[in-house]
Amino acid sequence: MRLNDPALLPIREKIISGARLHFEDGMSLYRSRDLLGVGGLANLVRERKFGRNTYFVRNQHLNYTNICINRCVFCAFSRERGQKGAFTVDSSSAEEQIRSRLHEPIREIHMVGGLNPSLPFSYYLDLIRMVKHIRPEVTVKAFTAVEIDYFSSLAGLSIEAVVEKLKHAGLAMMPGGGAEILSERIHRKLYPKKIGPARWLEVIRTIHGLGVPTNATMLYGHIESLEERVEHFLKLRTLQDDTGGFSAFVPLAFHPENTRLSHLKTTGGIDDLKTLAVARLLLDNIPHIKAYWVMISPSLAQVALSFGADDLDGTIVEEKITHMAGAPTPKGMSRDEICHLICSAGYHPVERDAFYQPVDQDHEHETDQTP
Amino acid sequence: MRFISPLIRTMNMKQIRRLDFQEALKRYREEDLLSLGAMADGMRQQLHPENVVTYVVDRNINYTNICCSGCRFCAFFRPPGHAEGYLITKESLHSKIEETLALGGTQILLQGGMHPGLALDYYRDLLGFIKGNFSIHIHGFSPPEIHYLARIEGISVRDTLEALMDAGLGSIPGGGAEILAERVRKKISPNKCTDGEWLAVMETAHELGLRSTATMMFGHVETVEERLEHLFKIRDLQDRTGGFTAFIPWTFQPENTSLSVPKATSAEYLRLLALSRLVLDNIPNIQASWVTQGPKIAQVALKFGANDLGSTMIEENVVAAAGVAFSLSREEMIRIIETAGFHARQRDTFYNPVCMRDK
Repeated sequence: MRLNDPALLPIREKIISGARLHFEDGMSLYRSRDLLGVGGLANLVRERKFGRNTYFVRNQHLNYTNICINRCVFCAFSRERGQKGAFTVDSSSAEEQIRSRLHEPIREIHMVGGLNPSLPFSYYLDLIRMVKHIRPEVTVKAFTAVEIDYFSSLAGLSIEAVVEKLKHAGLAMMPGGGAEILSERIHRKLYPKKIGPARWLEVIRTIHGLGVPTNATMLYGHIESLEERVEHFLKLRTLQDDTGGFSAFVPLAFHPENTRLSHLKTTGGIDDLKTLAVARLLLDNIPHIKAYWVMISPSLAQVALSFGADDLDGTIVEEKITHMAGAPTPKGMSRDEICHLICSAGYHPVERDAFYQPVDQDHEHETDQTP
Repeated sequence: MRFISPLIRTMNMKQIRRLDFQEALKRYREEDLLSLGAMADGMRQQLHPENVVTYVVDRNINYTNICCSGCRFCAFFRPPGHAEGYLITKESLHSKIEETLALGGTQILLQGGMHPGLALDYYRDLLGFIKGNFSIHIHGFSPPEIHYLARIEGISVRDTLEALMDAGLGSIPGGGAEILAERVRKKISPNKCTDGEWLAVMETAHELGLRSTATMMFGHVETVEERLEHLFKIRDLQDRTGGFTAFIPWTFQPENTSLSVPKATSAEYLRLLALSRLVLDNIPNIQASWVTQGPKIAQVALKFGANDLGSTMIEENVVAAAGVAFSLSREEMIRIIETAGFHARQRDTFYNPVCMRDK
């Protein structure tokens, strides 16, 4: 592999010998003009771990409420109670949403929402029980560290007790949202009402300690500096050294439309690819790097497979959070569309469950419906 | 006329080793995306060491959508007699050009269908009207239109081109090339000029001093070998004339057309783009197609051999008819270029820098 940027040479040495990269390496990667060199380094690691396998899951999103007391500056999804466009999905319509896709062999149901003061803790437990009752075979992946912290004060329970109750109801995994940029400066400016970096990491540590794996995210492309992004990666890596509980890292490209930061622009394709590549290289202890096509478009997510990403998330269909921020991407993809994206880039599609175990396709008899 | 641009002289000096068909095929088939991209990027840096990415401010004006060619890949045309067929009015043309100039535009791309009712006089009048009212470059009429016009007038392509040049035509767009392979054209555009005729129009135009671009629409019924055949036909002609300013590949957009194939993906696009930079060692500029690829992939394309982002396209109808509508303001164009680490420079049709009063 040819590197045009001499600053990348020592980084390649470290990668080949399996040595860990540090803050300055992360900055050199981000600052490099040699996009394909940075991508090539990330691809080295990706191929070492997964060859040309590319994972995806058949999943469903359920965003149960957008009423939220946090009202973060970068959010286009949240509403005040009583405000136009505010919604809360009651138990019967939640059940209807789950039942409407019973004909599809969905493996994972992803549920996140706002911090809605009118919902009791029992609402969330009932939601999980309902899903597990209707589809016992699916994995419920729900609630961010932000919500867990909120449930704890809502129910007057410790984080441990909250997680145990949710687990008992059927929760098996958690997404990685609410991390935003793990920086006090960004916390104060953009999400002051939400739990800050230290608390986010502490809650995740507790969750991992109780045997529940999570993802990790980073909302990038707003007012943060490159240094803050690299520090974010390193904070996640340090925690992962202790817990091993992160299964995937998902960079989330900021969509400014309909937010109070609407004067900002969407991220460029080069920044998106570089962020995935740097994540792959710095996060040497997090197995999967996800190119989330909802945010960066299916086209760029496909190209990202050569820049360190090994996972394309899923078929989805009901995504609301990014689309309320003006995302021009489709709301869902069929299994065939995802496989075509993967194959036409020369990679091998592997349909997985929530825990990255390959789904045995010989035993698939259900039909796939194009959304 | 034999065009020798300063750039091509530089290219010869640098002695870039020419790829033959088999070598190109091998690279296309065997190299992974990043390696192919890195080779193309290296070649782009040699050809354009000044670290500039160019763009043009123009408008696509489609004077008619009435077309008797009936190509299977086209969502834009209407057959003669169809209720949705149109022919542009002078009022509409006038206001479209006025708007273009107001937005800092330097050229119009004037293209239409193969309209059986329009003779040379119509085109002379159209060009004369524009030139009489505005100082703007006319980049117009792709080879199928010129070939068809010559046929219905019963005169040679050379005479047709000379008449159009006299009336104000400034250069020719490279459309209608699709895939320059006989088998493919018989399948998807049997009523349009052949690959040989397309190349002959371009060769004659170049001989008369009219420069042009070259395009390729891929991702339908063609084979990998036919894609390469296309590139090599363009390269051979360019060796003789030097008249192509740029090469512009794009992917077929299947929606609303009568060809049912999956759309070529961005990885396939970037591979072909990179290969075209490597094969077309005698064409100075490779243009990324944001209209078909969207702004994110267009930006990434600047690292896969492209050095030009094409037009801001104040108006675009043909790709939009196939269900794809990206739009890009000049500010957005500049931002895409600058955040990729290049200097953005507005250019004219011939890739010369344009100095804007208001910039």
